[in-house]
Amino acid sequence: MIPAAFAYARPTTVDEALRAVAEGGEDVKIMAGGQSLIPVMRLRLAAPETVVDLTRVAELRGVRDDGDAIVIGAMTTHHDVMTDPLVLQHAPLIAEATETVADRQVRARGTFGGALAHADPAGDLPAVALALDADFVIAGPQGRRTVPASEFFVDYLTTALEEGELLVEIRVPKLAGEWGMRYEKFNRVAQAWSIVAVAAVVRREDGHIAEARIGLTNMGSTPLRASAVEAALAGAEASPETIASAARSAAEGTSPTSDLNAQADYREHLAQVLTRRAVTAAVGL
Amino acid sequence: MTQINVRVDGVTYTDDVEPRTLLVHYLREQLGKVGTVIGCDTSNCGACTVHLDGAAVKSCTVLAVQADGGEVTTIEGLAPEGGGLHPMQKAFHEMHGLQCGYCTPGMIMASVDLLKENPDPSDTEVREGIEGNLCRCTGYQNIVRAVQQAAGEMRGSTNGHASPAEVDTAAAPHVAAQS
Amino acid sequence: MTAVEDRATTEAPEREVGKARRRKEDARLITGRTTWTDNMVLPGMLHLAVVRSPVAHGKITSIDVSAAQQAPGVIAVLTGRDVADEQGSIPCAWPVTPDMVNPGHPSIAADEVNHVGEAVAVIVARSKAAAQDAVELVDVDYDLLPAVLDMEEAVAEGAQLTHDHLDSNRSFHFVFDGGEAGTGTDTDEAFSSAEVVVSRRFVQQRLIPAFMEPRSVVVQPQGDNYTMWSSTQVPHILRIMLAMVTGVPEHKLRVVAPDVGGGFGGKLQVTPEEVISLLVARRLGKPVKWTETRSESLMTAHHGRDQIQYIDIAADREGNVKGLRCRILADMGAYLRLVSPGVPVLGAFMFNGIYKFPAYRFECDGVFTNKVPTDAYRGAGRPEATFAVERIMDELAVELGMDPLELRRKNWIGAEEFPFTSVAGMTYDSGDYEAATQQALELFGYDELRAEQQRRRESNDPVQLGIGVSTFTEMCGLAPSRVLGSLSYGAGGWEHASIRMLPTGKVEVVSGATPHGQGHETAWSQLVADRLGVPFEDIEVLHGDTSVSPRGLDTYGSRSLVVGGAAVVNAAEKVVAKARRVAAHLLEASEDDLDFSGGKFAVRGTPGSEVSIQEIALATFAAHNFPEGMEPSIDADATFDPENFSFPHGTHLCAMEVDTETGMVKIRKYACVDDVGTIVNPLIVEGQIHGGLAQGIAQALFEEAVYDADGNLTTGSFVDYLVPSAADLPHFDTGNTVHEAPGNPIGAKGVGEAGTIASTPAVVNAALDAVRHLGVRDIRMPLTPERVWRALQDGGDGGDRATAGTNAYGGAQTETTAGVSTPQSALGGDR
Repeated sequence: MIPAAFAYARPTTVDEALRAVAEGGEDVKIMAGGQSLIPVMRLRLAAPETVVDLTRVAELRGVRDDGDAIVIGAMTTHHDVMTDPLVLQHAPLIAEATETVADRQVRARGTFGGALAHADPAGDLPAVALALDADFVIAGPQGRRTVPASEFFVDYLTTALEEGELLVEIRVPKLAGEWGMRYEKFNRVAQAWSIVAVAAVVRREDGHIAEARIGLTNMGSTPLRASAVEAALAGAEASPETIASAARSAAEGTSPTSDLNAQADYREHLAQVLTRRAVTAAVGL
Repeated sequence: MTQINVRVDGVTYTDDVEPRTLLVHYLREQLGKVGTVIGCDTSNCGACTVHLDGAAVKSCTVLAVQADGGEVTTIEGLAPEGGGLHPMQKAFHEMHGLQCGYCTPGMIMASVDLLKENPDPSDTEVREGIEGNLCRCTGYQNIVRAVQQAAGEMRGSTNGHASPAEVDTAAAPHVAAQS
Repeated sequence: MTAVEDRATTEAPEREVGKARRRKEDARLITGRTTWTDNMVLPGMLHLAVVRSPVAHGKITSIDVSAAQQAPGVIAVLTGRDVADEQGSIPCAWPVTPDMVNPGHPSIAADEVNHVGEAVAVIVARSKAAAQDAVELVDVDYDLLPAVLDMEEAVAEGAQLTHDHLDSNRSFHFVFDGGEAGTGTDTDEAFSSAEVVVSRRFVQQRLIPAFMEPRSVVVQPQGDNYTMWSSTQVPHILRIMLAMVTGVPEHKLRVVAPDVGGGFGGKLQVTPEEVISLLVARRLGKPVKWTETRSESLMTAHHGRDQIQYIDIAADREGNVKGLRCRILADMGAYLRLVSPGVPVLGAFMFNGIYKFPAYRFECDGVFTNKVPTDAYRGAGRPEATFAVERIMDELAVELGMDPLELRRKNWIGAEEFPFTSVAGMTYDSGDYEAATQQALELFGYDELRAEQQRRRESNDPVQLGIGVSTFTEMCGLAPSRVLGSLSYGAGGWEHASIRMLPTGKVEVVSGATPHGQGHETAWSQLVADRLGVPFEDIEVLHGDTSVSPRGLDTYGSRSLVVGGAAVVNAAEKVVAKARRVAAHLLEASEDDLDFSGGKFAVRGTPGSEVSIQEIALATFAAHNFPEGMEPSIDADATFDPENFSFPHGTHLCAMEVDTETGMVKIRKYACVDDVGTIVNPLIVEGQIHGGLAQGIAQALFEEAVYDADGNLTTGSFVDYLVPSAADLPHFDTGNTVHEAPGNPIGAKGVGEAGTIASTPAVVNAALDAVRHLGVRDIRMPLTPERVWRALQDGGDGGDRATAGTNAYGGAQTETTAGVSTPQSALGGDR
């Protein structure tokens, strides 16, 4: 199918982009890599009046070192994120999860910021950003503001981005100490979205787990943190038994959907198994 | 209508397009580059894969206006100038990596892109590297062979991983009986 | 005229049959120089878009097309009422019983819609975009009627009706009883006296052929003639049927199947869109094109399989099978298409498999539901049958505590027993099940895998290993015309070929078989090269155009080589016979004194006295010096009608890892040995097996067309209808045994469907073998991780899946090209 007709703007700076969004009329869609938006428009599930295409906004691309954080431009493609030395050094979890996103052609166009702003609960990167306590830098007509990951994801396909605003960059704090990370993705065919996935970020100290952060993909309308597991692991011995026991609370506070791939109870079960596996791998057992 | 300048298979075109025109529709309908085909509407099948500025993309999930100022290579422009075939095209033929051939242009373009990044992929790496391209005919095994064969040729060696010779069954020892 | 090159070779060319020739077809396909139907552009061509029903069952109370008619670029909008007098009914060529109920199948619904996606109007516009834009402007009101979606409910007392004007949801009741037919003993008696009876209910889920090239049609009117290009497997059948349906005289209609991107039975059809395109072109006098989108294809092109099978097997305690009873519910969907009812009937003769059942009874009800019609999909009837018998044999083995392979051995037909008449009345032609099995076991590494399975069981490994067996046969080479007649099929099963010897020594082979990826151009060239002794490169194969290849019955049912190739060979033999007469004349010898070898006729015992068949072609063209009374042509036609089917067989072995924690299954190893008779091109045969395996495995593990409670197809895009990628399939180890088929001059049995038919039960048996000791008896296909997990939890068959599509693309599965979309527009960004 062919998308319904729309007006098209192709800004080259963030300021131009904000203006284009402001002037785009009632129904404006901001297009990052377009790898979800274009299919949705082809299926005519979305028929925006105006599309503001960010692909030429050079300042939104690339990863930079900013002292205590690395900063990923919203328009950095999945391919570039996956292969970026700063990402690989400070947030290998992002690279690991990004490699599982769709396929190489989609990763060549799709972007880190686009995936986060889309906030698809089955998307892989939101739970990762949540587990890494990333901050989201948002530009709007009134200037910039920063929203922590814990507040960014509001509902199904809905974020803290207000009308007229753009996600410009994501700050991922560098982690001090001995950290291990793992993204456990579960799906039926290679290029598919996650049925459930678990992002585990764990700090080890003297044979114990000092701190654990667990992000859950597709266990509700937004990415979630498995707080009960995190609490159970904090200060616990890094043993298979303690991890297994903690992982049993992985589905607490979740509200997964039922669809072709999985009914809710099975998703809850998967969350437990995958959490155990992710934490075990992150701990290095 | 928006005017775009785009170089496709070595030729520069200036055209007016509607913003909603997909790159694949522009290629097929405005340029007559019908070697690139459409197999789905959700960016799953990869039949429309072309190279845009050096990277494999699904041309059904790129707007033609986004290719403005860019360089596109399709299956029709893959072979070296002056004739002959690209090693990947040769290998698909040699290893019987196609049947109906509908997925083939996209499959070849994705495979060429894969080898740019990984010139000597294992069986698993090839399979994962072409996960975005669906084929309904071949069961993929001969495609994997073809990609590895092409990789061998492109690395300048002749010891490709696989040979279809093993399927020459006419007089093969495993032919148990000929009644 | 001396256009024929000198060929100094005296040695006979190497035999082509058996050679792994690289395909002639590839040159255009690997360079993008193809002729897909959608590539075609004609001056003034108009584009069609179909408005489709968003409801599964309802009365059309009104259609307002005025807004669409006034939309930019729109030329016309036609509804079912506008074409009611000329559209006829989509044909069903296979009335399997005399009292079969056919509700009639308008191309555009006029009064009642019976499945989601049914056409209710067609937009004709100057561009494809304009046509698609206008779809959303057609306003249709429906009075909703209850949707019939479950076959078991549909045949129960007091069921809701799929069609308002019918009395029941039953289309036909077909019975084959070996006792009554005289091919077996009394089934009831066999069961009442049996020591062991095992009964199971198996579900063959609904599948979608999902050929890669979406369907496309172009029609060009020229005066009172029409040319249709269509992405079809069956241009010849399509031509006849279009003539019958629309009244366009057959001789005024030319149908061309250009390059066709796969079919798998899915393009063995006369589609509403083909009829609509012809009607619109006739009405407007302009060329028209319709090309579907993928979601349109998944939703409206015919589906396959969809049976519920109640299978009973009887045996004694020693494992000798005594009887087999099959009751089948076969979902026809809302209408009968070309061979919808024939699909389960083709299976009726195959449920007994390779085993010597003394008694056999098959009953099948064709059932209407408010879903898209089913019809042929790779294997058509035989995968269903093979699945049932190969699954029930495993169940019996478990019941008896026997090794599944031993049970099979005890009951299969011995190599010395061929030809063997089965309890279903089929004469199996040739084979050796033991030899294929032995070879497969070696290829597989059976003993090592069994040992590993044991280790994993003993250590209580979370990942268990299972081994599945499928020893199958199938009937190919559709089909002996007389047999088809006895089954009330509307046509014969012969195939036609002709060979034209061109003056320059080149050869044109015209085939009525119509390839769409199988490699006929290559294989036919090999056949003819051997028979005529001309170089492979000098042969061109023509097909797929009713004006080039006027007689044919096209490609399906693994028939092309077995029937079509046989016609080619017979035509070649006729050419040689004619050429022999010319050679005798030119060499001034008696025909009886001529040897024909390597393309040359030579006078026995007279060295140097010879003439090549290519020289004879030139001499025939000139006709200056020709045998008295012989017409100056050595061209020949042949029509081959087989006397029997051919029966490929093989042994397929699958090793499956089952993660008992998540239910995820993963094929560890797959090996198979197939006997497809003589192998003309081993490369093509191997490719067909690979592709067949992929589709059979996909049925076991991935694919299912799922409808929700309202009759919406929720697997409506490739996001949710899971066609596996390279990363989802294993490496296949394949081999062959060769037992020639006696029924055709090539000795080939057919290979197109073998991999699909054999693999599905091997995969499911393997998964069950991995987890039987954990209390699992059955898992419904596809073996989704969730189903496997549930079966492990509660010992059931994994149960129904939730029907909601995944939330990818905001629930893209509810899209219909009718413009009935979810009000989901809050999307942005990217995955």
